Amino acid sequence: MEYFFEIFFDGLTRGSIYALIALGYTMVYGIIQLINFAHGEIYMIGAFTALIVSGVLGALGLPGYAILLMTLPVAVIYASAYGYTIEKIAYKPLRNAPRLSPLISAIGMSIFLQNYVLLAQTPDFLPFPSLLPPLDVVDRFHGVLSSSEVIIVVTAALVMAGLTAFIKFTRMGKAMRATAQSPRMAMLVGINVDQVISLTFIIGSALAAVGGVLIASHVGQINFYIGFLAGIKAFTAAVLGGIGSIPGAMLGGLVLGWTESFATGYVSSDYEDVFAFALLVLILIFRPAGILGKPAIQKV
Amino acid sequence: MRKISSAFAVAAAVALMGTAAQAKDIILGVPGAQSGDLASYGLPTVNAAKLVAEQYNAKGGVLGMKVKVVPQDDQCKPELATNAAFKLVSENVTVALGHICSGATKAALPIYKESKIVLMSPSATNPELTLGGGYPNFFRTIARDDAQARLAASFAMDKLGAKTIAIIHDKGDYGKGFAEWAQKVVEESKKAKVVLFEGVTPGAIDYSAAVQKVKDSGADALIFGGYHPEASKIVMAMRKKDMKIPFVSDDGVKDDTFIKVAGEFAEGVYASGPKDISGNPLHKEAVEAHKKAFNAEPGAFFDNAYSAALALLNAIEKAKSTDYDKVVKALQTEYVETPVGKIRFDKQGDAEGVGFDVYQVVKGQFVKVQ
Amino acid sequence: MRDLKHSAITAAWFMFLTLPIMVIHVNTIEKTIAWRWENMAYVGAGAFVLSYVWRFLMRRRDGGGFRSLSPGAAGRGRLLRAAIEDRRISYPAAAAFAALVIAFPFLFSLYQVNIMISALIYVMLGLGLNIVVGLAGLLDLGFVAFYAIGAYAYALLNLHFGLGFWVVLPMAACLGAFAGILLGFPVLRLRGDYLAIVTLGFGEIIRLVLENWGTFTQGPSGISNIPRPGFFGMEFGLRGSIVFMYYVVIALVLLTIVVVSRLKYSRVGRAWMALREDEIACQAMGIDKTKTKLMAFSLGATWAAMAGVVFAAKTSFINPASFTFLESAMILSIVVLGGMGSTVGVILGAFILILLPEYLRAFAEYRMIVFGAVMVLFMVFRPQGLIRDRRLRRKFRPTELRGDADGDSGGATDKAAGMKAAGAHG
Repeated sequence: MEYFFEIFFDGLTRGSIYALIALGYTMVYGIIQLINFAHGEIYMIGAFTALIVSGVLGALGLPGYAILLMTLPVAVIYASAYGYTIEKIAYKPLRNAPRLSPLISAIGMSIFLQNYVLLAQTPDFLPFPSLLPPLDVVDRFHGVLSSSEVIIVVTAALVMAGLTAFIKFTRMGKAMRATAQSPRMAMLVGINVDQVISLTFIIGSALAAVGGVLIASHVGQINFYIGFLAGIKAFTAAVLGGIGSIPGAMLGGLVLGWTESFATGYVSSDYEDVFAFALLVLILIFRPAGILGKPAIQKV
Repeated sequence: MRKISSAFAVAAAVALMGTAAQAKDIILGVPGAQSGDLASYGLPTVNAAKLVAEQYNAKGGVLGMKVKVVPQDDQCKPELATNAAFKLVSENVTVALGHICSGATKAALPIYKESKIVLMSPSATNPELTLGGGYPNFFRTIARDDAQARLAASFAMDKLGAKTIAIIHDKGDYGKGFAEWAQKVVEESKKAKVVLFEGVTPGAIDYSAAVQKVKDSGADALIFGGYHPEASKIVMAMRKKDMKIPFVSDDGVKDDTFIKVAGEFAEGVYASGPKDISGNPLHKEAVEAHKKAFNAEPGAFFDNAYSAALALLNAIEKAKSTDYDKVVKALQTEYVETPVGKIRFDKQGDAEGVGFDVYQVVKGQFVKVQ
Repeated sequence: MRDLKHSAITAAWFMFLTLPIMVIHVNTIEKTIAWRWENMAYVGAGAFVLSYVWRFLMRRRDGGGFRSLSPGAAGRGRLLRAAIEDRRISYPAAAAFAALVIAFPFLFSLYQVNIMISALIYVMLGLGLNIVVGLAGLLDLGFVAFYAIGAYAYALLNLHFGLGFWVVLPMAACLGAFAGILLGFPVLRLRGDYLAIVTLGFGEIIRLVLENWGTFTQGPSGISNIPRPGFFGMEFGLRGSIVFMYYVVIALVLLTIVVVSRLKYSRVGRAWMALREDEIACQAMGIDKTKTKLMAFSLGATWAAMAGVVFAAKTSFINPASFTFLESAMILSIVVLGGMGSTVGVILGAFILILLPEYLRAFAEYRMIVFGAVMVLFMVFRPQGLIRDRRLRRKFRPTELRGDADGDSGGATDKAAGMKAAGAHG
């Protein structure tokens, strides 16, 4: 039974990270129906910025908690700035283009950003400082739970609760929901759609940066290529939950994380991804719009 | 249309340049990963070839001919490897030093074989390349995977006394090959049992679940086949979960980057690697030459590549010809002093006198285990 | 003045944006930091100049396109069309082009022939995917799975049963078609991006199985010694076999072009395009949606599988690393960048995207960053692709109804199909 819980918590940690990144995909998709392939790269840039900032602060001799308090906001700000800029350069000019053009532009952007970090920094793996403080309470259950896992799950839950509240109760959140339903109608009632889209990219990128910093300090290393696989998995999670739906992204991330962990734990890690994708196919066959997605009824 | 025609113009120019290479020179082709994520494994070989060529040219060349180094990038991808091989063949390469990855080497070898060109790899360890017997033109200055796996597996069983062993690999050509050989060795010896044999996905965000499984299997030791990024993630996850069983790995992990990334968690990790050659004067000489020429420490497989370049040029000198059959014969009969020791090649193409040792991380450094 | 301010803000913004990654280089081991301020100056200057260029190009793009601003371009376009239509010019030009294609292996080195074969393989893949994405409008991100199926079919059948290239080629085509239907069935209900992710999943599953099912596929170490095609039992030397391979690929590409363009204007081709435009209207017109979609999947997969066989024969070694998601993304980029639905566009797209990295070797390590940037800029300034697909149009003439005029060209069935399609959209 202990083994079961260990695997369960591993899956929960993994799933929380997937969920954080998946939120960015799902928000962008909900508003402009674009699969933002460069989103995984934002996650990577967030982690890299955090590494650089913490390196600088560490060299200045600041204590650990001060580094953590300053690193995370800077990483979030930079990731958001990148997300905002990428939207302006690669997607905004393509707003009225054929549907697949922004997708290719996104793939190009993803290749560009990877190589940008590769050239400006390094192709090697870099050790990432473990910024997350150890929790005494948790460390008593050593081996079953690690404190970084607990921090990841709790942070992810808090962030997602905050986001849900924002979307539900604020004016801007309302504007976002309106734009997601119908951009043209939203424009008619006086919503600045461009602003809403920018904000969506900013929030999505910020969440990805949080995920990046958390996971990088959990596994302790990063390089320019970490965004690729995480991005694909998060995208899978978003679709699994029903793309465009925010609770769906969270649920999708968790389901995907658990599937992978239990597949590894009880079957074989050789086929962990096969299980993940097979589950996806299966779910979509029976619920073509994902677990929580609303089936789009096409009217003529 | 204009784009195509200009592409053709470029193509024509490149083709002309290719044929313009002089037949008087000895052309030492150096194909391998020189860009992309595996570039750090391929670039040191280019440096080694340049240093050896310079050394010979300073003495008046080989048989009075200058040695010219021609690098070609293949990014370790099979399809690009054939492109690089064709490029070298169309430039009338005399001998070739390279293909870094086994997969790329396998793809390119037939092309060299058809054109009767000797290919010597400093780093392709797949046993099939020599044991398969299909390639009399292939040689290497590195020990095979099976030799390495045998060493690692018997080390885990005999020296560490492990009775139950878990084997994890990275699903790659190199890592899985190593893991499968290790499994075979353990099973044949009957001294220990393989309780877990699995692959992990390289680049996945964490390996907690796989590590948990190792823990649950109750293994006394873990053998890992693959490269250092995955190794450090697994070691860190193990230590964080309070698992203290020994971690035994391969040449891909015996890299200083591993110690840098895994930090304190790297302590105590075992990895096999090329025989300790720090006492060899030629090795010191080669490293000095590299520092002087490039102002940096040499990288992965540098010694093997340096030795291969020496062996190739020496064979041409001894054979007094660039004729394929004579060069092959010289490689198999004439001993040559190299940084990895005094070597010649057996009929299959493996170097005689190159071996592996087991190292352990002690205080942030790989130290040979006695 | 406004431009100046705008550019200055852009420059400042990019200097801020690239500050950590371009300027600071932290060595986490030795705890040293390198500040590379000169990079910031380059970024600032570069962003300042580029923002002018960007705005200029944007205005040109948005100001009614290239045509209205530069009459020369339109004139050139008309001239080109006139040249194509004039047989005195187009026939000799076509003949010269054909001669070049035939003489190519004898004019250039083996290396050039080899990369040309690569590009031609991607032409086949692009045209195959064009059926699925360009014509039928089904976004497929796992196209590489069929490519892998073809390649492994040849490699394994050759390894175990010694079957030759020419025997396997049609078998692989059938296998590809079958796999296409197999994939098509479960995803029939899915739309748009759900389809995209499921196909992506299928692509990954196929690759993972190839990787892990070691006893059957030899796993990650791959299969080597795959023979190149012979010709009625004749074996060639290396050079001969590559040159022969080149002609084989040329022939296959020609076959692909002919079949795909015939398909495009056939009944089913028009059904695909109708399906792409509007599924419901399409069904209302009495088109069998299931059958049409499955046909698109299986016909696209057929070409991919054949391209896979050619690929395996060309490289003579395959392993699962050649069939990753990035490969699918590359093939999709060929289709979109070339111009969805347009055959000529897809061919040009394949040549650009495959040969560009080879000729960018001069840029060394900057190769891929330039490639990424080119992809983005290309889409921004030419979102419809290199060549916009032109629908075959026929003017409706009342005389045709009476049946006493013979129209301009084409048979009666063609006209009927044209009218039907026109009706569907009318």
